[in-house]
Amino acid sequence: MKIIVPVKRVVDANIKIRVKPDGSGVELANVKMAMNPFDEIAVEEALRLKEAGKATEIIVVSIGSATCAETIRTALAMGADRGILVKAEGRIEPLAVAKLLKAIVAKEEPGLVILGKQAIDDDSNQTGQMLAALLDWPQGTFASRVAVDGEHVEVTREVDGGLQTVRLALPAVVTTDLRLNEPRYASLPNIMKAKKKPLDETTSEALGVDATPRLEVVATREPSGRQAGIKVASAAELVAKLKTAGVL
Amino acid sequence: MATLLIADHDGAKLGDATAKALTAAALVGHPVDILVAGENVHAIAEAAARLDGVAKVLVADGATLANLLAEPLAELVVGLADRYAVIAAPASSAMKNALPRVAAKLDVMQISEVTAVVAPDTFERPIYAGNAIETVRSREPKLVMTIRGAAFTATASGDASAPIEAITAPGASAASQFLGADLTTSTRPELGSARIIVSGGRALGSAEKFDAVLAPLADKLGAAVGASRAAVDSGYAPNDLQVGQTGKVVAPELYIALGISGAIQHLAGMKDSKIIVAVNKDPDAPIFQIADYGLEEDLFTAVPAMLEALK
Repeated sequence: MKIIVPVKRVVDANIKIRVKPDGSGVELANVKMAMNPFDEIAVEEALRLKEAGKATEIIVVSIGSATCAETIRTALAMGADRGILVKAEGRIEPLAVAKLLKAIVAKEEPGLVILGKQAIDDDSNQTGQMLAALLDWPQGTFASRVAVDGEHVEVTREVDGGLQTVRLALPAVVTTDLRLNEPRYASLPNIMKAKKKPLDETTSEALGVDATPRLEVVATREPSGRQAGIKVASAAELVAKLKTAGVL
Repeated sequence: MATLLIADHDGAKLGDATAKALTAAALVGHPVDILVAGENVHAIAEAAARLDGVAKVLVADGATLANLLAEPLAELVVGLADRYAVIAAPASSAMKNALPRVAAKLDVMQISEVTAVVAPDTFERPIYAGNAIETVRSREPKLVMTIRGAAFTATASGDASAPIEAITAPGASAASQFLGADLTTSTRPELGSARIIVSGGRALGSAEKFDAVLAPLADKLGAAVGASRAAVDSGYAPNDLQVGQTGKVVAPELYIALGISGAIQHLAGMKDSKIIVAVNKDPDAPIFQIADYGLEEDLFTAVPAMLEALK
């Protein structure tokens, strides 16, 4: 069984982003970029399935500018087998990403697509569900445990109130939550090896997908700030203040 | 045309999130119908019908909808979509799972986690873990959106009841099957609707201490218990208690952060609380920058002292 792992290049999770002063978006020039952390977890899970003999080949897909090849190389260095870069410029929305991935799935015929539950830039939390819908596949989102068993996959999901386990007929889409695994670091020899792994390129036109955005971003602003309040000297004073404020 | 709001519930009662999402849905301007899907959900439908301003409640009652799995729920909603200009749902885990499936089937780009209705086609939503707010205008013929409850006040309930109409639940799917749930049972209020939240961080040090320190204070205040991601990742608290961008987004009247440093990720989940209290022995903890009341003290001495003062 092949596994496809879509990965997104985003602003590194450790960077504090800045909104451009003219409100036209978030400053991306000269900002450190990295693989979306949830997608790293997806790559790791696919690798573990391959190591357990449940998968034969891990194909990593990224959609965006030419620099997304670096993100694919990161996944190849972790151990994925080959990459596909779908070149596209500008803002690519989850619906368009799902359509592009559907076209790739049609060619590659994977048994599983594993991807992050959301990207830490736009926080949409849509792509996996949309891909499952377009393919008419079952979906196991927000996974904290994934177990492949013959023609099925059992997915334990993080839901409001606790955990839920579903059993899906393969092929299926799984999206990863934080506690699924701890992604490995790529070793230097593997980083070198990754440079020789195959990386194909295609475009949205070649895949027959219209990736024009459907939502117009009118403005981007800083969130309304919150001022620091006062320091209190003791727990007793704290309780007294809260009583005065009427919340206790 | 009208708006269809999908109700979130736990199988027993209508969640507060639905009443909050209704406030946002009503701002779009169309009459709002509520869809209650599930198994044995008539009491939930009756509660939905009493929410102020609801035009009609649709009830789809059947075993296939028992756990609100995305596949049957999306099939149901797509079947109703012709009649509606707007399809909305609270941003609960069940709806975040199902609604993008609906949107893709309708070839519509979804707007996730709406925090403000600017105009009938224009909305605000947080991006980058709440570090920026984006205003988006939809060019779609139909709107599909999830609504962040913490950003809206709940619509009130009255004695008047909207008409309730039964509709057919979808058939069983072989592709996706519910195996089981492991839900936290608690007598405390729910995180999403609690008036007071007592939340613990990594400084608690262990699951035992987390419980031993937070439980008496939460019980005394009638509060829900929350946790930072660090505390959840360290195994001190179950994942469903996590407050933050990737956990629950809450806005109680009082949020008491104990031993929480205040990572951006956590702040994104609680900074809309009315009053924030931070107890931390580190004077440089970022949480103090947004706290209304800060107490620089070890939580292991501060919490017992607070309990003493509350007597």
